[in-house]
Amino acid sequence: MSGLFPLACKAVGFRPNGQEVLRGVDLVLGGEGITVVLGPNGAGKSVLLRMLCGLLEPTSGSVQWGSAAGPGREVAMVFQHPMMLRDTVLANVALALKAHAVSGRERRTRGRAMLARIGLEDRAEQSARLLSGGERQRLALGRAWLTRPRLLLLDEPTASLDPSGVEAVERIIREIRTDGTKVVMTTHNLGQATRLADDVVFLAEGLVREHAPVQRFFARPVSPEARLFIKGELPWHVGF
Amino acid sequence: MGGLGAALLEALDRLLRLDAQVVEIVALSLRVSLTAVLLGTLLGLPLGACLAVGRFPGKQAAAVMMTAMMGLPSVVVGVVVYLALSRSGPLGALGLLYSPGAMVVAQVVLVLPLMAAISRQVVEDAWREYAEELQAMRFSWWASVLTLLHDCRHSLLVAVLAGLGRAMSEVGAVMIVGGNIDHATRVMTTAIALETSKGDLPLALALGAVLLTVILVINGLAYALRVWARGRFG
Ligand SMILES: Nc1ncnc2c1ncn2[C@@H]1O[C@H](COP(=O)(O)OP(=O)(O)OP(=O)(O)O)[C@@H](O)[C@H]1O
Ligand SMILES: [Mg+2]
Repeated sequence: MSGLFPLACKAVGFRPNGQEVLRGVDLVLGGEGITVVLGPNGAGKSVLLRMLCGLLEPTSGSVQWGSAAGPGREVAMVFQHPMMLRDTVLANVALALKAHAVSGRERRTRGRAMLARIGLEDRAEQSARLLSGGERQRLALGRAWLTRPRLLLLDEPTASLDPSGVEAVERIIREIRTDGTKVVMTTHNLGQATRLADDVVFLAEGLVREHAPVQRFFARPVSPEARLFIKGELPWHVGF
Repeated sequence: MGGLGAALLEALDRLLRLDAQVVEIVALSLRVSLTAVLLGTLLGLPLGACLAVGRFPGKQAAAVMMTAMMGLPSVVVGVVVYLALSRSGPLGALGLLYSPGAMVVAQVVLVLPLMAAISRQVVEDAWREYAEELQAMRFSWWASVLTLLHDCRHSLLVAVLAGLGRAMSEVGAVMIVGGNIDHATRVMTTAIALETSKGDLPLALALGAVLLTVILVINGLAYALRVWARGRFG
């Protein structure tokens, strides 16, 4: 097995210029399945994913990627608004392979095969910047999947997609999981959490309030915050 | 007024006949400026991209320097290159002074800051958009620079054409380091300056028309390219 797991956050704090975002996150994740991170806006979900990707440093505490020295090429991340190079769909889906010393010819072959899996094969030669939001998300998922990461971080992969777009993305995420990749993702779609998650991490007020298997989390949430969140009654939902 | 009309007619006649003197001067102009812009491209575009992506002490200062150099009057560049290339100067051993090579050097110095500055601006905007994801894909610093240069290729071609425009149209620097020697270092701008002061208006007008056409074509190409790229790649 890979050395990335258990993936552990130890008392991770994040206080950019005095603002307290994370106050001491303790979390241990195994190498299988889909973990969904839930929490209200501003809870620090995106910050947490960036830390797991090695893009942000904790102010205090530490992140440990199993026995690995740090997050290497086995960790990939898809952002809420994925970048698209001014180039074809094919060039974009194969982009991440450039950091993996793969020849141009092999990049194209593997890129085409991936486009078929994500249903974009007949768009290969079009400009990626002209794709719709849902198509961009699929492309970004394919781009990350193509490098066969052990850990894939997804930040709100279905925000602002229509129901069929959501379904297409969820299908790809399931396939990625079946392929043996550990997925950690955020979402505001509780239905999606029940459909995809093996376990749920509930983040609020800078702490992990709950980390439980998905059925237990939704059937018997322990913390009052999680209970309110599930009912959609969390006070800071309507703040601002 | 009659003099000007006659001069225009003769200028047109010289152009249509492909007058040897006109052709020679135009050819040298193109050779010198295209060489300078080629060198400026190979050096300036990566330099600008490195300034955009790199993190090193003095980065801001380097960017400010470059922007300032963009506006250098070409005569000042001419004097500096002249001193460097003159027999007692640091590059005197090359023996380039009063040769097309000297003019190439001067034009490189002239267009390099311009091209690097445009490159830095263009690449920096793309870098701001892509940085986090390229880092997440574990792109090395150099691989990021290459990816960004390729991604910005259409905007960078505009930088190349801007460099070509500046190189072709400047007069001060090539006058000083080239000397405007007939059959050796006489280019369009220096010839126009000389012939006008001598009163040979037809030649000056003919060359002026060519220069104007070249500049118009360059700008037209730059514009068409931008429109095409926006439609193709969004
Ligand atoms: N790189 C950063 N530097 C400083 N502050 C940051 C940084 N990234 C995020 N923050 C701050 O951290 C807080 C949490 O942001 P984050 O994006 O993680 O929330 P979130 O849980 O993902 O919310 P949402 O559900 O709205 O996406 C915000 O107040 C944000 O301003
Ligand atoms: Mg977020």
